[in-house]
Amino acid sequence: MTAAGYTIERGTTASRLGARAGAVLVAALVALPFWGSSGDMRLMVEFLSMLTLAQMWNLLAGYGGLVSVGQQAYVGLGGYALIVLADFLDVNPFVSVFLAGFVTAAFALPTAAVVFRFQGGYFAVGTWVVAEVYYLLVANSSALGGGLGRSLQAIRGIARAERERLTYWVALVVGVGAVALVYVLLRSRRGLALTAIRDSARASESLGINVFRSKLFVYVVAAFGCGVAGALIYLNLLRILPTAAFSVNWTASMIFVVVIGGIGTLEGPLVGTTVYFVLREFLADYGAWYLIVLGAVAILVMLWAPQGLWGLVTARYGLRFFPVQRRVRFTNEATRSDARRSGGGDRAPLGSQA
Amino acid sequence: MDWMNAVIQGVLLGGLYALFAAGLSLVFGIMRVVNLAHGDFIILAAFLSVVVVGVTGLGPFLSLVIVVPLMGGLGYAVQRGLLARTLDRGVLPPLLVTFGLSVIIQNLLLQIFSADDRRLDAGGISTASIGIAGQLAIGWFPVVVFLAGVLAIAGLQILFTRTALGRAFRATADDQETVRLMGIDNRHTYGLAVAIAFGIVALAGVCLGIRTTFSPDIGPGRLLVAFETVVIGGLGSLWGTLMGGVILGIAHTIGAKLDPAYRELTGHLVFLLVLLARPQGLFAKPVRET
Repeated sequence: MTAAGYTIERGTTASRLGARAGAVLVAALVALPFWGSSGDMRLMVEFLSMLTLAQMWNLLAGYGGLVSVGQQAYVGLGGYALIVLADFLDVNPFVSVFLAGFVTAAFALPTAAVVFRFQGGYFAVGTWVVAEVYYLLVANSSALGGGLGRSLQAIRGIARAERERLTYWVALVVGVGAVALVYVLLRSRRGLALTAIRDSARASESLGINVFRSKLFVYVVAAFGCGVAGALIYLNLLRILPTAAFSVNWTASMIFVVVIGGIGTLEGPLVGTTVYFVLREFLADYGAWYLIVLGAVAILVMLWAPQGLWGLVTARYGLRFFPVQRRVRFTNEATRSDARRSGGGDRAPLGSQA
Repeated sequence: MDWMNAVIQGVLLGGLYALFAAGLSLVFGIMRVVNLAHGDFIILAAFLSVVVVGVTGLGPFLSLVIVVPLMGGLGYAVQRGLLARTLDRGVLPPLLVTFGLSVIIQNLLLQIFSADDRRLDAGGISTASIGIAGQLAIGWFPVVVFLAGVLAIAGLQILFTRTALGRAFRATADDQETVRLMGIDNRHTYGLAVAIAFGIVALAGVCLGIRTTFSPDIGPGRLLVAFETVVIGGLGSLWGTLMGGVILGIAHTIGAKLDPAYRELTGHLVFLLVLLARPQGLFAKPVRET
């Protein structure tokens, strides 16, 4: 039998067209400071930070099976890492955003030693407890401003217009980088292992996958991403308060965005983040109502359309802009019927079958 | 003497924590669902009591006659209408639904009642105390709450070991399919379990409201206390839950004695220490393989 009996396809028509459209979109976004207002840039920084957070939670829960309710720990630690790096250690604040990710990833290792003792629902509450511990430690530390928080000093010498532009570009690198990171990760060997673990941890262990190490890896990467996003958020806000930085509402937003958009896909968080901001603009005058509406929509989606909005689109049109699955395409008839008989063939990728 | 006092207050506080934990543990034990909105339901019950007291003029204690059945009914409805649809669908759905409920309840309470601190006024009993040697004095009300916690735990113990309903709960927890073959409606059984859990939640909420001030945003904190109590005590051990509450209560009062800011932190650290030293909890029964 020739090896050319089939080929493995990893792209789709949509992904090839989408890549081109995406390149145009990114080019337009890079140029935003020259055609948009400073309000546009501010909104985009918020959009890109939320997108990053959502992608990280998607990676954690959608691929790692780790339903964490404590990611606010890394948003807060990332924000404070920015302050420490930029104000205390005189590192360039824009560079500090990325370094903050390494700081939070370092915190993730000892944290994992504790929370990985739990599984399922207990893991969720366990991560929340640890987030509270970090919150209380920071809120009680006078060097970091205690309960009153701190302002970012390092940014003072920089002109406002320049600061806004640089912050925006950093945000663009972070947001696009987060999508690219998750995409590349999921297409790699490691991604294949993660998908296998998601579908059956026991079966993948029997095939030689180290489940614990794979989950730990995902947890640390998500901590890195949330830390960078946290630093970015506070580079944009310029003032950090422990109650807000470590608020569980960060995780609430991530979870709702991912579930509404579609968990276990890369498009889902993009769709969900868009829905999040549209809702926020519409309900801006009604205070906490947008969180109430967001929570209610997430519950409805989870119960009646668990694949999310993007899942409805793929079910209907088969669109995939970020294909992470491998498709077997048969080039001669004999191998095709062989594969049919043995039950193989083009299996649709799974959404989120835990 | 001050330290002795802190320990005694901590023990009594443990009764309240056991009340917090009992409902969480019951739902988890039977359905393997961690209700992330547990703390917010406790606070919801406290606000319900505020409304009942305001409308009927009953005292907070008597308001239980209305609040407990209301919360029980709500629990049954939440189980049959929402949670039942998430069972057997993996880890995420029940967590997402209860987390969504948590955010919704918290923000609705905030919209309706504002962020102000409130308290249920139970009259003389909330300040009355029994003097013991020297400066030691024990408040009557903390003693009452402690006893309520002990009674709730004892009640659950009797329910589980001595009654037909308790057998149905245990059987359903073990094997839903077989239980149905035996003529038990597992969906109704789950509903009743959550209803009982919410009845205890109502009691916990009213006790909390009389003991301290509360506001819409303290629900998640109560969830964490309930969770730590269950884990310290050991899963599946009801008396362990009471002991877990006592240990956590003492940690909180001793921590607060060192510095009011350390109250919660000490509790979390004791929890983490227990977890690292003895992951199955201090009083867990040996695990039966099923």
